[in-house]
Amino acid sequence: MKLRSWVLIFIACNLLTFSTISAFRLSRSQPTERISGHAGDVLDDNPVGRLKVFVYELPSKYNKKILQKDPRCLTHMFAAEIYMQRFLLSSPVRTLNPEEADWFYVPVYTTCDLTPNGLPLPFKSPRMMRSAIQLIASNWPYWNRTEGADHFFVVPHDFGACFHYQEEKAIGRGILPLLQRATLVQTFGQRNHVCLKQGSITVPPYAPPQKMQSHLIPGKTPRSIFVYFRGLFYDVGNDPEGGYYARGARAAVWENFKDNPLFDISTEHPTTYYEDMQRAIFCLCPLGWAPWSPRLVEAVIFGCIPVIIADDIVLPFADAIPWEDIGVFVDEKDVPYLDTILTSIPPEVILRKQRLLANPSMKQAMLFPQPAQPGDAFHQVLNGLARKLPHDRSVYLRPGEKLLNWTAGPVADLKPW
Amino acid sequence: MKLLSAFRSSYLNRRGTTFRSLDPSSFDGGFIPKPSPSSIFWLAIHCLCCLISLILGFRFSHLVLFFLFSTSVTNLYTTTAGVSQLLKLKPLEKANVTAKSSRVVVGRHGIRIRPWPHPNPIEVMRAHQLLERVQKEQKSLYGVRSPRAVIAVTPTYVRTFQALHLTGVMHSLMLVPYDVVWIVVEAGGKTNETASFVGKSRLKTVHVGFDQKMPNTWEDRRRVESKMRIQGLRIVREEKLDGIVVFADDSNMHSMELFDEIQNVRWFGALSVGILAHSGNADELSSVLKMNQEGKPIQGPSCDSSGKLVGWHVFNTQPYATKTAVYVDDKAAVMPSKMEWSGFVLNSRLLWKEPVDDRPTWVKDVDNLLDGNEEIEDGPLSMVKDPSMVETLGSCGRNVLLWWLRVEARADSKFPPGWIIKSPLEITVPSKRTPWPDSSSKLPVVTKEAKYNQPATEKRSGKAKRIKEQEQ
Repeated sequence: MKLRSWVLIFIACNLLTFSTISAFRLSRSQPTERISGHAGDVLDDNPVGRLKVFVYELPSKYNKKILQKDPRCLTHMFAAEIYMQRFLLSSPVRTLNPEEADWFYVPVYTTCDLTPNGLPLPFKSPRMMRSAIQLIASNWPYWNRTEGADHFFVVPHDFGACFHYQEEKAIGRGILPLLQRATLVQTFGQRNHVCLKQGSITVPPYAPPQKMQSHLIPGKTPRSIFVYFRGLFYDVGNDPEGGYYARGARAAVWENFKDNPLFDISTEHPTTYYEDMQRAIFCLCPLGWAPWSPRLVEAVIFGCIPVIIADDIVLPFADAIPWEDIGVFVDEKDVPYLDTILTSIPPEVILRKQRLLANPSMKQAMLFPQPAQPGDAFHQVLNGLARKLPHDRSVYLRPGEKLLNWTAGPVADLKPW
Repeated sequence: MKLLSAFRSSYLNRRGTTFRSLDPSSFDGGFIPKPSPSSIFWLAIHCLCCLISLILGFRFSHLVLFFLFSTSVTNLYTTTAGVSQLLKLKPLEKANVTAKSSRVVVGRHGIRIRPWPHPNPIEVMRAHQLLERVQKEQKSLYGVRSPRAVIAVTPTYVRTFQALHLTGVMHSLMLVPYDVVWIVVEAGGKTNETASFVGKSRLKTVHVGFDQKMPNTWEDRRRVESKMRIQGLRIVREEKLDGIVVFADDSNMHSMELFDEIQNVRWFGALSVGILAHSGNADELSSVLKMNQEGKPIQGPSCDSSGKLVGWHVFNTQPYATKTAVYVDDKAAVMPSKMEWSGFVLNSRLLWKEPVDDRPTWVKDVDNLLDGNEEIEDGPLSMVKDPSMVETLGSCGRNVLLWWLRVEARADSKFPPGWIIKSPLEITVPSKRTPWPDSSSKLPVVTKEAKYNQPATEKRSGKAKRIKEQEQ
């Protein structure tokens, strides 16, 4: 009897891990496999009671002092790491007893080193992360128990834990070796990419909820713009000839549709940006230097159908939100035929997408409101973590077993921080 | 050789065409591929171009040379793709052995442009149909559930400015998304002028004549207009029209939101009218405005903080006391009456002869009025027993949905009937070059000045004499 129960638990664990792996492959073709009924069933799950998170008490040089040095970190699109810590500190899933914790959270703000322009520099981030991990490995036994497999980190930078903003260099570095076993909560997601680990949780980038709420217009304003986009097409500073930035996709959009009256596209940044999005049917969300962008969040909030032009992208909470039903996916090679694709969508499909977008739980899942509200992105992250429980037996290492290589990586990363 | 290989590696690094995702160790070590004929050729071209641009001082990309040698006339950017694919071919052959090869390649990509990058009219049509469908859905979600017909009652008469005013009303009514019945009551009997406007509107119309002629003073006009409106209401009663009655005076300007807002009325509603008391004299106007700082040029209902109707805001005519127009063509400002008819809308069922079930008790029985036994004096409010029960529209009068304006031409102004002139206009301003020098026909010279609106002469007017012609 005891053997049978162990066998059943073992099979259940395997099924759980297999289903989380297959979620990424299936999420493109059959998203409704994971949703029972309409979108929002899984989104409404309450993680409280399903998991326990222990938050490490790191010295403030890893979090508070960095924030004090530059308060701009609170409003840029990588602010999720800061708000995640604040949410967890006061959340009912937090436990002060690490023995009963399922997940361990390490609050280190790796993306808060901003240039005067506001762009984060990731050069010190690997050292910071390494130093934080060394600290927790030496002061608490829980890291060495699993080599980080039940720890999770928030790494919202361009290419996640690869800690670089240039894709080639990020691929060259790969994910930080010390994070090989941990769960990463990141904004970057692209299939078959070095910087997306199996089992990572993709989150949306931070968009200020108050600012978006204050720009809402009445729902009866007719949607009169067909396709809307505001942003760069050519990044003249870094890629003057074009072809590197966005893999040429944004430039292709401009060259093909700059004189098309249906496409309201431009590089200007109007003050009515949010209002205009609410007057549009389709909002383009093409890739930039990285495949993800806050436009997706804005499009979902304002009810504009996102047109996602990024090959192999993994969208936030892909196992809970049926993105295929909500958005339109266009391959980068099909960009010149974007107008044909969009105008040949039957009106019933468009209306259905708009109805799905109007679902408040969808909008809530994209936001990081303060204070946290049920169903928001924090809770979806916890739901994702809860879905990965219980941990596989193999996660717990035998005493003395070492899987991580503490000296791997570029020499510059090994310097103490 | 070492220099060449180092140069090659840095060149390829910059171009980013190597397939890096497989072999991180090679990144650090320095990539030294086997030199091949095509890559040496490209290297040589690159060196040549660098030297040329050093000498000549402009950016001379090797792509230009490529064009010189290529014969196909494809798009500029697609050839970039061709070039980059050419350069990418070599490493890709070595890269086949990976387990997880992404189809997304890092590096320079071509910018794809289709052969005719312009809008396709059929697709534009389809897009507009999609837009209409989406907007229809929006309307059904947020708009009016069961829209009622709009019955517009317009008193009018033939004069110079009638075309201006009636065109405005006609266009506003034609844009209304609901059913419209336009009742036009014309003082002085039906004329072709008005009938042409009414016919052009392509709406359901009722055009009746009214026996009196429109008098010349504003005070008398108001009385006659009220009578004409009652006549319109009589028609509503006779035809048993069902809808919402709006008093669309022909010189007023209506916004589209007005027609959406009046759908909310149940029996008798009041809304705010913007009063544009225009005076021809600019100096007077500015002095009036200085005095009239507090009052707003609006006539309409006024509510307390809980939204209940507590009174009416009326246009302050004090500043204009001595300078208002009496006759229609006075230069002074025209004042509205205390309560303009256009600020009120009513449910047409109030006017029906048969008693309607849930007819409110606070509205007087209008049969007497419509039968001509009573006279209505101070506006439509006298149709209600209890003015505090009147419904307020446009968030209790805070939204001004239409504007009242009275502007007319001089009493003796004439205009060509139907605004069609029978013969070409006389040249009143002499110009050196009329008639045009290359016109072949000989044009007779006009010897006498002609009044512009008298029956035109048959012969075409020629070069006018160089006398200063008096304009009419």
